[in-house]
Amino acid sequence: MLMQLYRGLPALIAITLLLLGWETYARLSGISPTMLPAPSRVIEQAWIYRQPLWENTLPTIRATVFGFACSLAVAFLLSVLVDFFNPLRRALFPIFIISQTLPLVAIAPLVVLWFGFGLAPKILLVALVTFFPMLVALTQGYQSTEEEIEQLLASMGAPKWKCFLLARLPSALPYFFAGLRISITYAVVGAIFAEYAGAAKGLGIYILNAKNNFRPDLVLAAVLVSAVLTLVLFGLTLLIQRLAMPWTRSSLGSGR
Amino acid sequence: MTIPPRLELKAIAASYADLQVLQDISLTIRPGEFVSILGPSGAGKSTLFRLLTGALKPSRGDILFDGSPLDTASSPFAFMPQRDALMPWRRIIDNTTLGLEVQGLSRREARKRVEPLFAEFGLTGFEQHYPSALSGGMRQRAALLRTVVQDRSMLLLDEPFGALDALTRAGMHRWLEGMWMRHQWTAMLVTHDVREAVHLSDRIYVLSPRPASIVEVVDIPLPRPRSRKGAAGAEAARIENAILETLLGPHEGQSS
Repeated sequence: MLMQLYRGLPALIAITLLLLGWETYARLSGISPTMLPAPSRVIEQAWIYRQPLWENTLPTIRATVFGFACSLAVAFLLSVLVDFFNPLRRALFPIFIISQTLPLVAIAPLVVLWFGFGLAPKILLVALVTFFPMLVALTQGYQSTEEEIEQLLASMGAPKWKCFLLARLPSALPYFFAGLRISITYAVVGAIFAEYAGAAKGLGIYILNAKNNFRPDLVLAAVLVSAVLTLVLFGLTLLIQRLAMPWTRSSLGSGR
Repeated sequence: MTIPPRLELKAIAASYADLQVLQDISLTIRPGEFVSILGPSGAGKSTLFRLLTGALKPSRGDILFDGSPLDTASSPFAFMPQRDALMPWRRIIDNTTLGLEVQGLSRREARKRVEPLFAEFGLTGFEQHYPSALSGGMRQRAALLRTVVQDRSMLLLDEPFGALDALTRAGMHRWLEGMWMRHQWTAMLVTHDVREAVHLSDRIYVLSPRPASIVEVVDIPLPRPRSRKGAAGAEAARIENAILETLLGPHEGQSS
């Protein structure tokens, strides 16, 4: 625990210095708070407006979690199909790659136009930005399976699906979690962007309104909330990984 | 000659990826015998295993198992691959039960079959450890336990100690010989370690470089358990040197 704190120390110092520099500049240069508010003001305003901020955070969390869950489920199903049926991979991957080249700025308003201001377009956009990284992580994970383990299972007479369950799926776990960590940060950004393009409530629309009211301090307050949200989700994936892959911890502990 | 040999290869030729790998291989392994296939790297030792596991069909010749043509679908071999191929995500006990689980035994039943063997394999107390917590020698013993517990009529050992350091390997040779003497396994070992072959085998088939044929059949009549001391040790060293001479060719011999 102490060791971890010690390792995090340089990052903490750097962040503190950055905030201090920002604070001093905002105070001494005489720049208007409607241009650049000091960090202390952002935190103060975030506290004052905590009620509306929280009310606008909930829909963002909902969109992120639902969208991400949908994307995960579809990515997993497709990864399995593609693993068993290779031509499908050649048929579908070009489409997915093209889907990643679409600029979100263009797609978001269209999706809102087609599906309205409800939850559906947010889920769709979150899925769009997170689906492909997850699919790639999973398929690559399956391919990372040690050849000797597969030979061994074949010599034991294991059919292909058993080999998948016993060897390929667990081999993919480290890749899966690496993809999960990247995707979860995309997911929050995707949800906020979808709300920005049109929503009744949510951090995205809150940011848009605050900007239109010349309140950069509230914009930054919402940014702070979204950053905390992302970090919490990121931490959750780390926690789940530790629980799902206990063998990665054990090498430090017992035996030897 | 009333009992047919366990495994008999008759004038086998085989190609792999358009390359003739085996030219003319004939060999016989009787029940309870320990036989080694010794050859330079790339001589087609792995191709031999592919033939036996059914991954490859011979282009010529017959493979007989207990007197009738080999039916690879019934997988009569228990295979131990190069390196240990232990699954890092399974505890040692669950690694050793793998073959039984593939055969359809419940996890509980499989454990009951494996547990009494842990003491003999020197793995008592490590049942619940993950493979990463074990030393190389222990991992190999776990891999062998996983192999023999499948209760097949013959063991195929593919350079099982190649990844170990010399001292650990010598220790494993003694240990494996002791186990073999007690259990009377029928075993085929593929290796390029001459000392290993001489220490463990009743008979050694020496392969030529690719396309491989058998250049020499060496019977090892030395008493067991074998040691490097005394007259028997000197005889073992003499046989080792003779085989090395055959493998390296006459040119090296003349220069001295």
